[in-house]
Amino acid sequence: MSHQSTYNPGTAIEKWLDKRLPLVRLAHDSFVDFPTPKNLNYWWTFGGILAVCLVIQIITGVILAMHYIPHADMAFNSVEHIMRDVNYGWLMRYMHANGASLFFLATYIHMFRGLYYGSYKEPREVLWILGVIIFVLMIATAFMGYVLPWGQMSFWAAQVITNLFSAIPLVGEDIRIWMVGGFAVDNPTLTRFFSLHYLLPFAIFGVVALHIWALHVPGNNNPTGVEVKDVKKDTIPFHPYYTVKDSFAIVVFLIVLAAFVFFNPNGMGHADNYIPANPLSTPPSIVPEWYFLPFYAILRAITFDIGPISSKLGGVIAMFASIFVLFVLPWLDTSKTRSMRYRPKTRLWFFLFVVACIALGYLGGKPAEGSYVVMSQIATAYYFIFFLVILPLAGIMEKPKTLPSSIAESVLKKGQKAEPSADAEPPPEAKPAPAQ
Amino acid sequence: MTTADTSQDGEPTRRDVIHIFATVTAGVGAGAVLWPLVHQMNPDASVLAMSTREVDLSAVPEGQAIKVMWQGRPVLIRHRTAAEIAASEETPLSALKDPIARNENLADGEADASDANRRIDAKWMIVTGICTHLGCVPLGTAQGENRGDFNGWFCPCHGSHYDLAGRIRRGPAPTNLEVPPYEFVSDTLVKIG
Repeated sequence: MSHQSTYNPGTAIEKWLDKRLPLVRLAHDSFVDFPTPKNLNYWWTFGGILAVCLVIQIITGVILAMHYIPHADMAFNSVEHIMRDVNYGWLMRYMHANGASLFFLATYIHMFRGLYYGSYKEPREVLWILGVIIFVLMIATAFMGYVLPWGQMSFWAAQVITNLFSAIPLVGEDIRIWMVGGFAVDNPTLTRFFSLHYLLPFAIFGVVALHIWALHVPGNNNPTGVEVKDVKKDTIPFHPYYTVKDSFAIVVFLIVLAAFVFFNPNGMGHADNYIPANPLSTPPSIVPEWYFLPFYAILRAITFDIGPISSKLGGVIAMFASIFVLFVLPWLDTSKTRSMRYRPKTRLWFFLFVVACIALGYLGGKPAEGSYVVMSQIATAYYFIFFLVILPLAGIMEKPKTLPSSIAESVLKKGQKAEPSADAEPPPEAKPAPAQ
Repeated sequence: MTTADTSQDGEPTRRDVIHIFATVTAGVGAGAVLWPLVHQMNPDASVLAMSTREVDLSAVPEGQAIKVMWQGRPVLIRHRTAAEIAASEETPLSALKDPIARNENLADGEADASDANRRIDAKWMIVTGICTHLGCVPLGTAQGENRGDFNGWFCPCHGSHYDLAGRIRRGPAPTNLEVPPYEFVSDTLVKIG
């Protein structure tokens, strides 16, 4: 949170620089002596994990771009060249591909964390909206990156996704042709996707800076959702307490990444992407990467026309709406109580929402027929009901539990109940649900 | 606008006119700069140059079909048997999901999707092989491929069934397969585009 700067330039050089560009002061006040609620659990470590993810993607991506050739005739072979000939090329590519997957995993956990603890509520609406903007940019970046190897899945993913835009009435087909630079996906599409795939991560980097800035104005939310009242009692400095805690979580996360990279590097990919792109032959089933499956399921769940809206346009609208509803979430949730810990009923609806999201992920990978379609429709309906009906109504109808009067009080109470040694949180893997 | 620049009777002053003129000029200039930045993404000259293609049909026996590329898009050409033509012609218009012909060779854009409106020569059904749902290439051209429940084409991506005239009969696709512009140069040579 905004606080008095405690930075004291020690050396003459630091003093000289501090007068001209207080960069060290900014870093000190943001990441060293930043007052942080003392009760943050391991769900709060994913912000730091995500920063590491972004850096890994940018470094490995810049290296891959040194060896990759963005041309429809050569892209596929240049990727194989990276895998076979370039020194450690396989490592760079597997880190980049699996890093993207785990980037999304960490993002989803980070978002569910925010949802559960009400981190999007006043005064953190802008912080949340910036997060959603980052998420949208990530989706665009990941999609275009997936096209670059120019395998069968790359090509047909590009074909299907760009075709979504042709559903727009009147100008849709012109927009689609403009986007792909031809009548079908081809070399012009590949080269522009490469250009934008290189650009967007830096845009993400910029929005992340704003995201952190917006975080540091009100300060962290915390598991109780109670604002910091007494900086001395309720907070501890970011360094060393949370730098160490975050570092531990980052190491655990990197172990998971390494496990994928070294032992199952293609486990999250699709075998068909090792077949060169062929515009004349569609693979028997087109499936996006796992992290897009919930949205893909929502797209396919709309199999019926709604008045003048065709099922195709309806599916596209539903898919985009499922993301854009997040932008207005701070105003859909009418409850003043932030944390679901103190919202006994809404908490259950929240867990059902998590189940619906996982179910949509499962269904998105299944063929769109029979009972899968019906289940997708039910899960899609619940996805929107949760945001548009349950959250607005729950704030009015639900009686929340009594909040602790301060963060310090909640921590002390917890310490009285359990043994003193129990205040060390177990790692996230060991916990089936957020700490209560 | 400060009072000194505004005339008493509400008429625009010389300075107002200059402001408006400057703003409009800057706006037009910005638009003129923006347009090339946008338009460069549209299909380029080399893509547009590949606008026509001639295909020799003499090697396609009755009952079979071929796939050719035109403008980066697959075009499906089926040599229909007499029985297939009859079956397609007998399909009532009320059974069609999309009642419009979608045939670029017809002057009337609202013509109904009868078999006759979907073809030039009854033997040859020529359609663009891009599913109107999300752009996959429907199966059913090569022998042994799934031709769907209506014996035409079947899109494996999301299960759209097309009939022998490339008309959507069941599934999520909203419209019939497009019929590209084409003409017969001779009995066995067709020019697409």
